[in-house]
Amino acid sequence: MQSSILRIEGVNKKFGGLNALSNIQLEIEENKTHAIIGPNGAGKSTLLNVCIGRLVPDTGTVTFNGVNMIGLEPYEINHAGMVRVFQTPEIFPELTLLQNVMIPALARRDGLYCFDAFKDMGKQTKIHEEAEAVLEDVDLIKFRDQLAGTISRGDKRRLELAMGLIQHPKLLLLDEPTAGMARHDTNRTIDLLQKIKARGMTKVIIEHDMHVVFSLADRISVLAQGAIIASGTPDEIRGNPVVQEAYLGGEEL
Amino acid sequence: MLQKTSLKSNTQIMLIFALVVLSAPIWLTPIGANYPDLLQKFAIFGIFAIGFNILFGLTGYLSFGHAVFLGVGSYTAVWSFKLLTMNVIPAIIFGTALAGIFAVVIGYISLRRSGIYFSILTLAFAQMSYNLAYSVLTPITNGETGLQLNSNDPRLLDAIGRSEEVIGIPSTTLFGLSMKGYSGFYVCAVVLILAFFLSLKIFRSPFGLKLLAIKSNQTRMRYTGFNTRPYLLTAFVISGMYAGLAGTLMAITDPLAGAERMQWTASGEVVLMTILGGVGTLIGPLLGVGIIKYFENIFSALNESALREVFDFLPDSMADAVVFLTHQFVGEGWHLTLGVLFVVVVIFLPGGVMEGINKLNGWIRRKFFDGENNVRNNSSEVDQKVTGSAGEQ
Repeated sequence: MQSSILRIEGVNKKFGGLNALSNIQLEIEENKTHAIIGPNGAGKSTLLNVCIGRLVPDTGTVTFNGVNMIGLEPYEINHAGMVRVFQTPEIFPELTLLQNVMIPALARRDGLYCFDAFKDMGKQTKIHEEAEAVLEDVDLIKFRDQLAGTISRGDKRRLELAMGLIQHPKLLLLDEPTAGMARHDTNRTIDLLQKIKARGMTKVIIEHDMHVVFSLADRISVLAQGAIIASGTPDEIRGNPVVQEAYLGGEEL
Repeated sequence: MLQKTSLKSNTQIMLIFALVVLSAPIWLTPIGANYPDLLQKFAIFGIFAIGFNILFGLTGYLSFGHAVFLGVGSYTAVWSFKLLTMNVIPAIIFGTALAGIFAVVIGYISLRRSGIYFSILTLAFAQMSYNLAYSVLTPITNGETGLQLNSNDPRLLDAIGRSEEVIGIPSTTLFGLSMKGYSGFYVCAVVLILAFFLSLKIFRSPFGLKLLAIKSNQTRMRYTGFNTRPYLLTAFVISGMYAGLAGTLMAITDPLAGAERMQWTASGEVVLMTILGGVGTLIGPLLGVGIIKYFENIFSALNESALREVFDFLPDSMADAVVFLTHQFVGEGWHLTLGVLFVVVVIFLPGGVMEGINKLNGWIRRKFFDGENNVRNNSSEVDQKVTGSAGEQ
């Protein structure tokens, strides 16, 4: 029996009359890659926003590592070890790529607040090395001194990923890491995620692209109209008639 | 390698800066700006603008009420002269500290909002303080007359061990060195150099980088694990203390404090200076101060006969026309020149005069040192990296 790192229990969220999430039960096991799939408007992003504290659910609990996450500030959730990689790149456009990844590294080192106005940024050797290593990982080291606002969209997404990775989170939440990417970029991202998977990190991936889901996920949960209709291994999901009906419109996978 | 370049360039920058500031009385002679009163103004407003730039340049929070701290510093300094001693050191310490306390309170409340709402809140606090100084706080501020020194002030510390009566009002001193004239300027200049050094350290520290990141994308900072508000408050307080220090120095060189120092125009002036020179750059705000104070004091004093002398070489009829035209822009019309300059800078060089200098520099490099600049650029790149990115906005 694997221990679960994230436990979502009885989460409900209504927007007006719409049940965005109804009675969600979900357990994410440690060191596994768990994919959440579902058609547009199924509530995937809402669920993610509940996890990272952007939305407060009407009822239910989100327990991460034994601690209740509901009502915590985003930076507290980050320090608990749950880190989100955004779908639309949320980077620092006016800073260089190196600085972009140094910021989350500093967050890991300094905590919520640290007054270090008399230290020299040039002497933060360890942070520099970490930042360069992670840029190497995502294959962006050649742009290290460019301003982040000037690189291509695909590169921004990988920078975004690097900003999550450098924090060595206990749980990484990836929101459609390949949405809007060209096939070539998608494959690069899959390779990258597989490399990270080999190092052992728990991940939750929200994804549309079945190719990505089936090449990465250990477990899959299917969300439709705010409810989880199936959970299981990729093979179980592939053969599940309910899933095929609700999500794939009866098409064979 | 990076460590060494950065360290070396810090020292280099400080040496050059100190040299330029201390020799200002010499190199400002040709443009007629070498008298102590104006030099002191350059230095004092320089400190004000450097401090303002730590808040506005690094975090992007535009305070429209920074003159409050200027006023608080001035009043505190004059009270220190009246009650304790004519020595400037206690005045500097108390003035800066009290401005810091004011900044904690005003910042704590104003920073609950960002953008235009933050600006309005700071403006509201400044106007409130300004009006209070004229009304209920008259016992402390002496209202419209302004707070002045008096021959029968207690000056408790100075009175110790003195037997004979002092006649008249003594001048402010630094352990006996009078703060009148050039010595006053040099004290301000030394404080300016220290203030600049501190700002350089902050700009190049992890703290400075975090502030820049807040300016760039505050939401992301919160999801990255930073509680941004304490960072902003720290920057606000540091910047407020700089303003308090500047206010103190104003009272040191001219021991008088009036509420007009806290008026919104005074807050607006430092905003103009910073934007004109280049927001978020190290030197920019100082250039802005230099330009505006020069216009205010020298350009405004140019009259028609002075213009005639300048254009003496032209034939009479042409000289008349040129003098007539230029006359609109000098003397009492100096605001017009400044206004035109400001509009031109903001439209064509959003990064201020510094952007212009950088562009010119780049153009010269391309024109004359094409191809061989890779190695040379390395040392200046470190500087650009930290400051340059901020100047974009």
